Amino acid sequence: MKSNPAYQEFHPQWYRTRVSPYWWLLQWSHAKFMLRELSSVFVAYFIVITLMQVHALGQGRAEHAAFQEFMTHPLVVLVNIVALLFLLLHTFTWFHITARALILRVGGKRVPDPLIIAPHYVAWVVLSGVVAWFVLGG
Amino acid sequence: MTDKVVLHVTRYRPEQETEPTIQEYEVPFSDEWVLLDALNYIKDKIDGSLSFRWSCRMGICGSCGMMVNGEPKLTCATFVSDYAPGPVRIEPLRYFPIIRDLTIDMTDFMGKLKSVKPWIIPKDEKPVSAGEYLQSPAQLDAYKQFSMCINCMLCYSACPVYGLDSNFTGPAAIALAQRYNMDSRDQGSRERLDVLSDHDGVWGCTFVGECTKVCPKNVDPARAIQQYKLTATVDWFQSFIMPRGAE
Repeated sequence: MKSNPAYQEFHPQWYRTRVSPYWWLLQWSHAKFMLRELSSVFVAYFIVITLMQVHALGQGRAEHAAFQEFMTHPLVVLVNIVALLFLLLHTFTWFHITARALILRVGGKRVPDPLIIAPHYVAWVVLSGVVAWFVLGG
Repeated sequence: MTDKVVLHVTRYRPEQETEPTIQEYEVPFSDEWVLLDALNYIKDKIDGSLSFRWSCRMGICGSCGMMVNGEPKLTCATFVSDYAPGPVRIEPLRYFPIIRDLTIDMTDFMGKLKSVKPWIIPKDEKPVSAGEYLQSPAQLDAYKQFSMCINCMLCYSACPVYGLDSNFTGPAAIALAQRYNMDSRDQGSRERLDVLSDHDGVWGCTFVGECTKVCPKNVDPARAIQQYKLTATVDWFQSFIMPRGAE
């Protein structure tokens, strides 16, 4: 029989498993969680880009044209596509999570999750429509 | 019993080994068998030295939680036929220290459970002669889901936050605290505030949501934690706006 020299009779010798730094790659649900957390960076990125655009607009036509030129660079377009995908992930996941945190009761009965999630989508579509109307010069 | 399943079971015998090993067992089974039956078959017929916890065999005691193919499960509620012919990996609950084979140490969890005072704390204790503390069905409904917890600790094994930082109070303890906070007979929420609103309390949770997915009793601890975050935030704003009025 093999023996463990560190073992003392009648004293527990716990074994503690170390958590790998790559724990989030070992399970798809954990990887999805990390992607959701990472999506916040792209939300911040879009805010910065929007502020830069507003700033360029305030500087005059030439500066705004230069900014628009910068935005058409293939690398920037690629980054923006990736950022948009992360932004959509961010939006979908947080809309669905809201229903978990919020408990609404109407007439003593709990409002089902889909009825909490749906208004978020409606508000999103309406607000996006308003913004699109402004941007496209309605 | 003509069908057979192969189980890869974690063994850790501290007097012999410095780290866990895997032992393979081939076990006959019938359709109604759960994994706990297969483990008991090993213990009774193949290898009596295998150690694991179990008691009720009906999803009430919360003793037989183990990792099954990497997922936290109650082995009394997991059918062998869903995994046959295997091999099925059976390991002790993740993130807890292993005492022996499939038995983990739960001291940390028991301490956390106690720290959130999971019992009714009434403002004014009534004498027995004054009768029961009455509660309406709606008041019961407010906390009933959280009261279904059986302390099986599957949610801790599903929670990477707890895995990375064992100071985190954790899903079950917070859900149980919320169970009492939402009970109309309880006025002890102030006494649970320090533990719950601490950095290692609800704010440690990053809402991975796995605790809810693995819960065998549909307690939804993730919901309890997010609700408490909302409560703690509203409380903080109230005390900020009305420092004296909030008391």
